[in-house]
Amino acid sequence: MLGGEQVRDQIVEALKGHAADYIEIRLEESEATRLQYRGRELEEIGLTTNLGGCVRALVKGGWGFVSFNDLSGLRQRVELAVRQARLVGRESSQFAPVEPVEARVEATVGKDAASIPLAVKKRLLDEYNQAVWSVPKLQTSTIGYGDGRKRVIFASSEGSYIEQERADVSLRLVAVAREGGEVQQVGLSLGSSGDFAAVEGLHEQVRERAERAVELLSAPQVKSGEYTVVLDPVLAGVFVHEAFGHLSESDFVYENDRLREVMVLGRRFGGEHVNIVDSASLPGLRGSYKYDDEGAPASKTYLIREGVLVGRLHSRETAAKMGERPTGNARALDYRHPPIVRMTNTFIEPQGVSFEEMVAEIGEGVYAKNWFGGTTSMEMFTFSAGEAYMIRKGRLAEPLRPVVLSGNVFVTMGNIDAIGNDLEMNQGGGCGKGSQMPLPVSNGSPHIRISKCLVGGK
Amino acid sequence: MEDILGQARKAAEEAEVFWACHEETPVGFESNRLKHLQTREVRGMALRLIKGGRIGFSATTKLADSQALVGRAVETSQFGAEAKFELPAPQSYPQVETFDPGIEAATIEQMVELGESLIARVRRHTPEILCDAGVLKATSSVRILNSRGGQASYRRSLFGLSIEGTLIRDTDMLFVGDSQSSCHPITDFETVAQTVIRQLEMAKSLASVPTKPLPVLFTPHGVASALISPLALAFNGKMVLEGASPLKDKLGEVVFDKRLSLADDATIAYRPTSHPCDDEGMPAQRTALVEGGVVTGFLYDLQTAGLAGARSTGNGSRSWAGLPAPSLSALIIGEGEADFEDMVRDMKEGLVIEHLMGATQGNLLAGEFSGNVLLGYKVEAGEIVGRVKDTMVSGNVYQVLRDLVAIGREARWVGGFLRTPALYCSGLSVASKG
Repeated sequence: MLGGEQVRDQIVEALKGHAADYIEIRLEESEATRLQYRGRELEEIGLTTNLGGCVRALVKGGWGFVSFNDLSGLRQRVELAVRQARLVGRESSQFAPVEPVEARVEATVGKDAASIPLAVKKRLLDEYNQAVWSVPKLQTSTIGYGDGRKRVIFASSEGSYIEQERADVSLRLVAVAREGGEVQQVGLSLGSSGDFAAVEGLHEQVRERAERAVELLSAPQVKSGEYTVVLDPVLAGVFVHEAFGHLSESDFVYENDRLREVMVLGRRFGGEHVNIVDSASLPGLRGSYKYDDEGAPASKTYLIREGVLVGRLHSRETAAKMGERPTGNARALDYRHPPIVRMTNTFIEPQGVSFEEMVAEIGEGVYAKNWFGGTTSMEMFTFSAGEAYMIRKGRLAEPLRPVVLSGNVFVTMGNIDAIGNDLEMNQGGGCGKGSQMPLPVSNGSPHIRISKCLVGGK
Repeated sequence: MEDILGQARKAAEEAEVFWACHEETPVGFESNRLKHLQTREVRGMALRLIKGGRIGFSATTKLADSQALVGRAVETSQFGAEAKFELPAPQSYPQVETFDPGIEAATIEQMVELGESLIARVRRHTPEILCDAGVLKATSSVRILNSRGGQASYRRSLFGLSIEGTLIRDTDMLFVGDSQSSCHPITDFETVAQTVIRQLEMAKSLASVPTKPLPVLFTPHGVASALISPLALAFNGKMVLEGASPLKDKLGEVVFDKRLSLADDATIAYRPTSHPCDDEGMPAQRTALVEGGVVTGFLYDLQTAGLAGARSTGNGSRSWAGLPAPSLSALIIGEGEADFEDMVRDMKEGLVIEHLMGATQGNLLAGEFSGNVLLGYKVEAGEIVGRVKDTMVSGNVYQVLRDLVAIGREARWVGGFLRTPALYCSGLSVASKG
């Protein structure tokens, strides 16, 4: 794969002698395998290879960016990016310094998915497909499996030269049940940073998902309104990602004076039991890495500590403009995109309340489980649960159709009145921002309880 | 391409090489200021082959790597799906104009000025608004060659203008925005500016909403955010074939309001969704999906059509990296007769919805949608009285479109791929914090 002295010389040479405040080059080579089942049959199997690069330049606060597949003529690409940046730049550049690094980071994966033969992957997925189809009343299903390995070379005009290798595995299953005009679906999303073992041995879970889709056919829909809701770790992880995480991305905030007032450090968001962390430096998760796409080292950032806003996620530009320290959260989906501020592994830290205690105090409420999707406008969020149950008189009661939860983040954070003791990280998510999607992230939480949450139904 | 096709023919019965190249120059504004200029180029090649009756597939952006491309495609073919189609022999294609050389003449300076003028126009109305805006020009080309002698190619130009404004007061956030796209260069910013200014006018004050069923008037933007995703799935030939589409046995039946018509059309001149052929080299066409409330068609690519015993409708769509799949080109909802103001006046109490956030996360296959009103207005006694917040609206597309109160008489393009009038619906479930 991409690398070696010759490539390095070309890159270093291309970076020399330009009138710019900062220039970076990223070259990327990747290989990916994809298998997709639809219904009883394999629909698509494909192998792709991808090679490309980009140059980003900063001049007087303005950015130029050039991306390409043909890696020859690198110096001309740099010149174009600098020319573009000069057309835009009208102020002075603000870009937080980081120590230049020379590093080489290999992907460390358990059972390397990239080296597993295609026939083995196919056999496992055939078994999962059979497990799904062992369930009666199933209308259709999709199973999508993907693995990939990517090598990225990052070099900057500041003298950094970082080679990083990353691996990723994802599995997403959707089972669709149908009876008469009723259609219901249940999904399962899993992933890992390249370890094939994460998607093995799921036969029982897969069958259980399909059975759940069939059960939903006869489930009632919740009556719309405000409820006390309990979220399972998966959905609470989506909540922390969607509702709070995106608001902590400083590129939304840094040039917006009013939002800066709203998101002022020291502001109270929730009770003292609320602690929220984003950390790419936790090893082995899908959002983990050593250096971000601006050459800044990964860190562990407390966003909320004891209910109070204490930090946010930064690129080097947003850090400089807000007078804070860079957190190493500038990430690019691939060489076709410049890095922007993104989450990595985001979670609510556990507290001491058990699930049983949480539910026992609820007269009428909703227990919402599993991720289906989520989106946010910063102030307002919506996310949908794959499964839901009524809670009546302190106990789980009848299953419900999937519900959509919505609310105002500023109010809802304050309405978290219990946090469980059972933190789990979910590795199945892919985050979208702008046109850059899906970016591997993970999010997690223990069970949490939220009072007065808006639930959409009938 | 000819080389790869030649090599692939030696290794398999049938083969097709797909080549796509896309170049774009986006100009980006953030927080009212010019922020970045970019030049992005992607070119990639895909090889699909049929060997032993099975489909093999491989794709790459490493163009020097043709030998490996053939080897990988052959490797996957031993596990691939059974091919249910024949690659198209030479075809005659409709004349569809998709390239305006004027795009190439549009300078960066003109694009910057257009974006600046748009932002300045909106800020003249509301000085404290923060605008992100984008001006984009792009060209793309597609070329397809296959072992049955079929070949097709086209070029397309694209120009886009978009703006999103944010107005924050305390923790209250208002989001407004609009966009426009064409194969022709866009020089007029007033159309987009006036839409945004109208949104700001209507959102000036806040209004409260009760929790109960209410009539809802979806603007064209509102239709796009709430009602289109379930329909895009339901008319997709794959969903019909699998039986997951609620419309699977409804061909020829009245399912929708009898005033409703829907079509997919890839042949409208100078639209960024148009082309003379699809990504498998099948001629592009207009496909009626609903006429007079009756379901009249579904959308197919070659393989899905083969499996379903139907014919390709020229809706095979793909990027360089994947196999073709049926996809909408441009969805056209036919105009009705109602004037927008008359529909508002008709409501004693109701909502006008411009953006229902998160509506596409529900059970789309069943037609259910449920979302938060990100931009919408309260109507009382036939007058828009202000913007609504903390409000969820839920419904079912099939119920809503069966009994429409009225269809607007003016249609517009939304998000590049949809042309729709406003749709006036009754009895949607509304939940609000008041």
